Amino acid sequence: MAWSVHELLGRSPWFVHYNCNSCNGCDIELLACLTPLYDVERFGMLHVGNPKHADILVVTGSVNHRNARVLQNVYAQLPTPHVVVGLGVCTSSGGVFAGSYNVLGGVDKVIPVDVFVPGCPPRPEAMMDGFLRAVEILKRKSAGLPSAPAEKEVITVAPPSGPHAEESDAA
Amino acid sequence: MNNATTSTPRRTVIPFGPQHPVLPEPLHLRLVLEDEKVVEAQPAVGYIHRGIEKLAEVKDFQQNVFLLEHVCGICSFIHALAYCQGIEELMGVEVPARARYLRVVWSELNRLHSHLLWLGLLADAFGFESLFMQIWRARERVLDLEEQTAGARIMLSTCTIGGVRRDLSAEQVGQVLRGLDELEREFDMFVPVVIKDATVKERLCGVGVLTQRQAQELGAVGPVARASGIARDLRVTGYAAYGELGVNPVIETDGDCYARTLVRVRELYQSLLLLRKALRHMPDSPIAVAVKGKPEGEVVMRVEQPRGEVMYYLKANGTATLERVRVRTPTFANLPALLAILPGCELADVPVITLSIDPCVSCTER
Repeated sequence: MAWSVHELLGRSPWFVHYNCNSCNGCDIELLACLTPLYDVERFGMLHVGNPKHADILVVTGSVNHRNARVLQNVYAQLPTPHVVVGLGVCTSSGGVFAGSYNVLGGVDKVIPVDVFVPGCPPRPEAMMDGFLRAVEILKRKSAGLPSAPAEKEVITVAPPSGPHAEESDAA
Repeated sequence: MNNATTSTPRRTVIPFGPQHPVLPEPLHLRLVLEDEKVVEAQPAVGYIHRGIEKLAEVKDFQQNVFLLEHVCGICSFIHALAYCQGIEELMGVEVPARARYLRVVWSELNRLHSHLLWLGLLADAFGFESLFMQIWRARERVLDLEEQTAGARIMLSTCTIGGVRRDLSAEQVGQVLRGLDELEREFDMFVPVVIKDATVKERLCGVGVLTQRQAQELGAVGPVARASGIARDLRVTGYAAYGELGVNPVIETDGDCYARTLVRVRELYQSLLLLRKALRHMPDSPIAVAVKGKPEGEVVMRVEQPRGEVMYYLKANGTATLERVRVRTPTFANLPALLAILPGCELADVPVITLSIDPCVSCTER
């Protein structure tokens, strides 16, 4: 049987994790996904340390002045096709930290994001759902089909008004 | 090698992080090497600075509980506890006895899952993946207990100013006690592997030694200080219900990675003991009191986190927002100790030594 590349990619989506500006909540839940109870490895998913080996970039947290460049570097090293999954509300808006002087906003200000998983932190089940959506997008991308960027959740809590609110908007 | 003929080998600089396989967090160390030996480690921080302290001056003092829990998602409950105790002291609030016991219960569950998380990551760092998986399987039981009692795997907004938000029924107390028994059986299975296995000892014994004098001078806190023979555990000051329950600090004297592991392993059992005591002797009372008015004045509040002492300084001026919030976290206090023990070690030991202080970068940079 002849396997096409996009069928093979969908079967073993390796992922690399970068913690941008997160509080660790999403990160430990992501690690919990790897362990025997949730075990994302049964979907062929493997956590790798090198972005050059990965199909999926998993980002937690928002972007700040210092890590934006690192995130771009990690993203630039991903082979094509690739999918970006943002875990937690911080990746879409900055979450509870929105409005701080050092939070530029969601990850999508710096790199295109394909799947947002809402929650603070999302449950491992929600994360796995996000990964499976990412696999579908990966298959579409490797088949050369177009894929729309993720729709963002609407912010339900307004960022605080204060001396630093304007600065972060300007940034 | 050309270097072998010269008297001083050429120095190389290897960047360790911010994106590194053994670190779930972006800690960046510039390692200066001579051959395979580390001669200097220079930290570079700021990759995860969120400006929480400034944000805490904008939000009101009740909202700050949720914000300050996000200093660290691992020990979120203990951060909320430190902040709430500080505000309670400023406002002269007397917390009901049952709430103080419940605070101990959730603090110790936080400590259990944090120590198990660390043990698993340590096993992963020296390449013992099946041990990592077993320890994290046991950790899921703790998270189940957290979910049963607090409603979420990562406890948020469970602690509040004036008490706690949830109560445990007698049935739930029984469930947790049974859960702890199962947990102890799991510990008994993997703990001998951690402390007796020859390959584990090979990687940990005599590696990254911090002497008692160094620990004292560099101001180490928590398990790092206790592994070097310093009996420094803030739970003995008796905040929440620790005074009634009684805590004896766990102490080891060798100061190496193995001693730090032993301290945390023994603290797992200590937490089980404290949890059982707290659950069995929980008094009957309301779980929170109504808090009226606004805080005023200054206070310093110190509590014991899984990683050591966390210090909150709060300054209030009688309005809804605080004038200053300062958080000194345990990893920040332990970083000088880490930089002191890295020089002289092999490059291959850097991940294990770095992990042995249980770094929490989210805490450190806030």
